[in-house]
Amino acid sequence: MVNRTKSKRVAGELMDKDTMLDLYHEMVLVRRLEEAFETLYQEGKIGGFLHLYIGQEAVGSGVIGARQPQDRVITAYRDHGIAISCGIDPKSIVAELFGKEAGTSKGRGGSMHLGNTDLNFWGGHAIVGAHMPLATGMAMADKYRGSDAVTICLFGDGATNGGYFHEALNLSMVWDLPILWVCENNQYGMGTAVERASAVTEIRQKAEGYGMPNERVDGMDILKVYEATSKNLDLVRKNGPFFLELMTYRFRGHSIGDPERYREKEEIDMWRKDDPIGIFRKHLLSTNGLTDAVLDNIEAKAQSEIEEAIKFAEASADPSLDSLFDYVYVD
Amino acid sequence: MAEVTLIEGIRQAMDEELARDERVFIVGEDVGPRGGVFRATEGLYEKYGGSRVVDSPLAELSIVGMGIGAALYGLRPICEIQFADFIHPAFNQIVNEAAKMCYRSNGAWTVPMVIRAPYGGGIGGGLYHSQSVEAFFTHVPGLKVVVPSNPRDAKGLLKSAVRDPNPVIYFEPKKGYRLIKGELPEEDDLLVPIGQASISRQGKDLSVFAYGMMHYYTLQAAEIVAEEGIDVEVVDLRTLLPIDEQTILKSVEKTGKALIVYEGNLTGGYGAEISAILAEKAFVSLDAPIRRLAGPDVPAAPFSHPLQDWFMLDVSKIAAGIRSMAEY
Ligand SMILES: Cc1ncc(C[n+]2csc(CCOP(=O)(O)OP(=O)(O)O)c2C)c(N)n1
Ligand SMILES: [Mg+2]
Repeated sequence: MVNRTKSKRVAGELMDKDTMLDLYHEMVLVRRLEEAFETLYQEGKIGGFLHLYIGQEAVGSGVIGARQPQDRVITAYRDHGIAISCGIDPKSIVAELFGKEAGTSKGRGGSMHLGNTDLNFWGGHAIVGAHMPLATGMAMADKYRGSDAVTICLFGDGATNGGYFHEALNLSMVWDLPILWVCENNQYGMGTAVERASAVTEIRQKAEGYGMPNERVDGMDILKVYEATSKNLDLVRKNGPFFLELMTYRFRGHSIGDPERYREKEEIDMWRKDDPIGIFRKHLLSTNGLTDAVLDNIEAKAQSEIEEAIKFAEASADPSLDSLFDYVYVD
Repeated sequence: MAEVTLIEGIRQAMDEELARDERVFIVGEDVGPRGGVFRATEGLYEKYGGSRVVDSPLAELSIVGMGIGAALYGLRPICEIQFADFIHPAFNQIVNEAAKMCYRSNGAWTVPMVIRAPYGGGIGGGLYHSQSVEAFFTHVPGLKVVVPSNPRDAKGLLKSAVRDPNPVIYFEPKKGYRLIKGELPEEDDLLVPIGQASISRQGKDLSVFAYGMMHYYTLQAAEIVAEEGIDVEVVDLRTLLPIDEQTILKSVEKTGKALIVYEGNLTGGYGAEISAILAEKAFVSLDAPIRRLAGPDVPAAPFSHPLQDWFMLDVSKIAAGIRSMAEY
């Protein structure tokens, strides 16, 4: 995975070839990780609730790929891909899902609550929408201190129907906070299609209501996501909030075990043709003089990293039982 | 009589109440075609249609708030909150609006609604899908709080809740949804009254008070210690608010000892109230200090399996608690 905190992106610049290869690797890594989790879940090796990011990789990699090291990231519970993009080692992600001591939160949080302060990744959050007011506070603190960091807050389409979202958007505008709001519009909140739950189906129109500049972009094409993010991050640094709606699709159910009665197979197949990894691969092959062999190599590397991460997690220790009472308060 | 699961009892209750009274409707996230996250409303959308089994946006505050308004205007909403952990965005609507409406209007405005929410741990849900939140609500006069522990009560209490003229919060032990099975009598209209605890096992050595999932475990623990000669009386509280003081006091007057078992955090939990009632009103009957066996005082159930198991009460921990109480 790319260590994003070391990114040397020049404001507004388009992706260079090395970054492209890094991000290709990252997207494949996320895909392989999620596929592995799916299998491990079916084998009963991990439990609880599992929300996969398959299909949405271009969003996480494109948005976070464009951030500067000081920019904070906060997201909802569909967070494995975001965690990888922020630079969290897959080993500690797999260990977390195994509930092991070596996990990102020593097994306390599990799948939905990854995070890492050093990488400026402020977590997955399981209560839908509840992290959005937190994002305003983080951005407020940055503004207060005079830092030029932007808070990047990701959330789903479903989350925009709750009160948290509206309060947070309004506040960010009134106080002119450095926040990039990123809606991952995968067109469903659990089993409910956007048009059955949202008064406007173009979610960006909700930002319009708060006078917030906004844009709707194809979230399956990482180049477009990266470009839009990179341009708008610079705007946020200068002018305050921006709302970016990224059109995407989850190829799997809401969580494992979702019977998916709410959508047709044809619809899924149609979207699968726009596989974000396939789109990126085609681009790399056609315009960057790369060969299949180079990309296959990257894929093989990602595969072996995931295998290694699983071995690592399987061999790691359970948290000690006494640790149940740790961290209730700080001293 | 047919053996059914606890969740089937819940489903049947809603099915029958929808059929009986056209003012009844269900509202919540994915309660429609998807049949609810736990499938409690399975088949009801197909049977009663989308205007009576209503998919809402992801907005708990509005699910409850809208329910209150509709109830004020004479409908009978059953609001589903997917997990009790998600009820907090609606806290204000429940505590400040639903609970106080009757009082502030001299009884003119009433809120006949039910809020259903699956609660409790042990399913690997981790921090935000495992909580027991009943104690927040049992502190609020004007609400009724019900927790069933078996399919028969699940059905009969929910049907009563739908017909109750007051707001009823109905917490369902999600771990027991399919684990807890029992006979359902083929009665036309099975109603179990709200406000009455039940003695689910007669005994003379000590009384154990429990509800929901912990009641299920307590009954098993009671059978285990019975083989060791300890005769436990088990009281299924069933309705936490209003409290059935009489049944509680009578049991302790008979046995002289009280153990209260609940899954939520120990401190400020529901067991504290039972304990206080016994200390105030049954002091002379007590042969031992009252004890509480409850969830540890940590913010939430961790995800990691060993930690979760350490966090959760189970049959053997309850049996150990009973033994130590019996020895006193
Ligand atoms: C407050 C709250 N209500 C309900 C849920 C249950 N829930 C989890 S995810 C989800 C759907 C969210 O949809 P969306 O925001 O579009 O995100 P996506 O799953 O599509 O990534 C629901 C209803 C929750 N976790 N928190
Ligand atoms: Mg969505």
